[in-house]
Amino acid sequence: MKLREIAHSRTGDKGNTSNISVIAYDPANYAFLEKHVTAKRVKDFFSDIVEGDVVRYELPKIGALNFVMYKALGGGVTRTLALDIHGKSLSSALMNLDIPDLK
Amino acid sequence: MKKLRIGSGAGYSGDRIEPAAELAAKGDIQYLCFECLAERTIAIAQQAKLEDPNAGYDALLTARMEAVLGICKQKNIKIITNMGAANPAAGALKIKEIAQKMGIKGLKIAAVSGDDVLEIIKKQDLIIEETGEKLSTIQDKMVSANAYLGAEPIVEALRNGANVVITGRISDPALFVAPIIHEFGWSMDDWTRLGKATVMGHLLECAGQVTGGYYADPGFKDVPGLGRLGFPIAEIQKDGSFIITKVPEAGGNVTLDTCKEQLVYEIHDPAAYITPDVVADFSGVEFSLVEKDKVAVTGGAGRQKTEFLKVSVGYVDSYIGEGQISYAGPGAANRGQLALDIVAERLKLMGVQYQEIRFDLIGLNSLHGAALSSGHEPYEVRARVAGRTQNMKEAVRIGNEVETLYTNGPAGGAGAWKSAREVVAIVSALIPRNLVKANVHYEVI
Repeated sequence: MKLREIAHSRTGDKGNTSNISVIAYDPANYAFLEKHVTAKRVKDFFSDIVEGDVVRYELPKIGALNFVMYKALGGGVTRTLALDIHGKSLSSALMNLDIPDLK
Repeated sequence: MKKLRIGSGAGYSGDRIEPAAELAAKGDIQYLCFECLAERTIAIAQQAKLEDPNAGYDALLTARMEAVLGICKQKNIKIITNMGAANPAAGALKIKEIAQKMGIKGLKIAAVSGDDVLEIIKKQDLIIEETGEKLSTIQDKMVSANAYLGAEPIVEALRNGANVVITGRISDPALFVAPIIHEFGWSMDDWTRLGKATVMGHLLECAGQVTGGYYADPGFKDVPGLGRLGFPIAEIQKDGSFIITKVPEAGGNVTLDTCKEQLVYEIHDPAAYITPDVVADFSGVEFSLVEKDKVAVTGGAGRQKTEFLKVSVGYVDSYIGEGQISYAGPGAANRGQLALDIVAERLKLMGVQYQEIRFDLIGLNSLHGAALSSGHEPYEVRARVAGRTQNMKEAVRIGNEVETLYTNGPAGGAGAWKSAREVVAIVSALIPRNLVKANVHYEVI
């Protein structure tokens, strides 16, 4: 199953750091997300793009995870050579992450 | 005042104008706040000011003020904005001129300055957050340095009866926190309430993003009426609790999910969102749907502010040269790749000097690189080469090598385009708070 089936996401940027939320449509699936969408999986998924660490923060009250990805934006919006200067498309890419089917 | 209604009139410098006018006319609001200053916008504004001392405020300031000033004066809605960018004083004069043209009388416009700390930091040699190096390493290339101010000078301006407050670099939430402090008489060290108000400011500061903008994904996340997306309103109680809503007839929607996405937008540690006014804690925030397009927000908190202010330092970093050309039909991606290979060879043959370069096939792999993009065959691609150089002359040569593919490259190259530009980049540093002094001055008609 793809992450997109049970979660939605938005990307933001500050300098050369990108952050991606992963939010359960149904808060009941938050624990499942917490188990399967780890910082390591996100770091591996974006291995071509993210040069720094990926840190995960948890927001159980709204059923959301926040991934902060360092050195992810080619120097940041003011100097990057990338077409997506803010990295705004990264959340859409992450929705393609494979996760186990819900039982 | 029992409750306060604040509207968000813009989420960035180039944002739509009519949703703000709609809020002023139909939003039953007392304040209309426009957030128009991003990391890159202030550097651009500083450059404009260097060329013309009367320039450097937001490009849409005139259009925005013409759209809302009359109705706001009539309904006694106060306007707060950071559209002053690099030149709040000139922005205030411009607003005065617009008001006079519109025949508005009895208007007090406050300009907040003091965020420009370029001369101060030249003596401080602060540490660059991004690199750990000292600012002196870019001293010769610095064009601007602006500290993020807090809510205090806006509160002062409102206490002195300002109808319009225009600032330069100020924290985004402060634009929304200041009127609450002023109206409810909160103290500047009421950390919990300031934290709650900061949650509100953060939800509103990107305008349409909490009403369904930057959200829609057909079949998964459908949003009605995006063509006439309404901007949000926060209705705040004296204890700091609030709801997010919009004008009923406006497009878009306010739901639990639009609020959740915006809460996490552009934050790092949810328990420590640092602003000049407070270290806000978003980790306990909860949303509940009161009725359609009306979401109640509870659980925000805050701790004592830090002793530092963030400074955005603009400096001439490099030059970027870029060229693009399209290919379509069978084998488009292969011809696009051949085009990129030819440019790579040409740049080498001609001895073009660059520090960093990218070769992209737009439509195939330009956003996420080879691994995530593999296994697709598009009908059309756009070959793109972008390189960083140390001077304009070299930057120009990169685009030229893409353009010459027209007659020297693969079959069917279409619509070549090129550009070369100077890059004013931004780095951040922390400055001791006591070195920064805000000033407020007034224009009255």
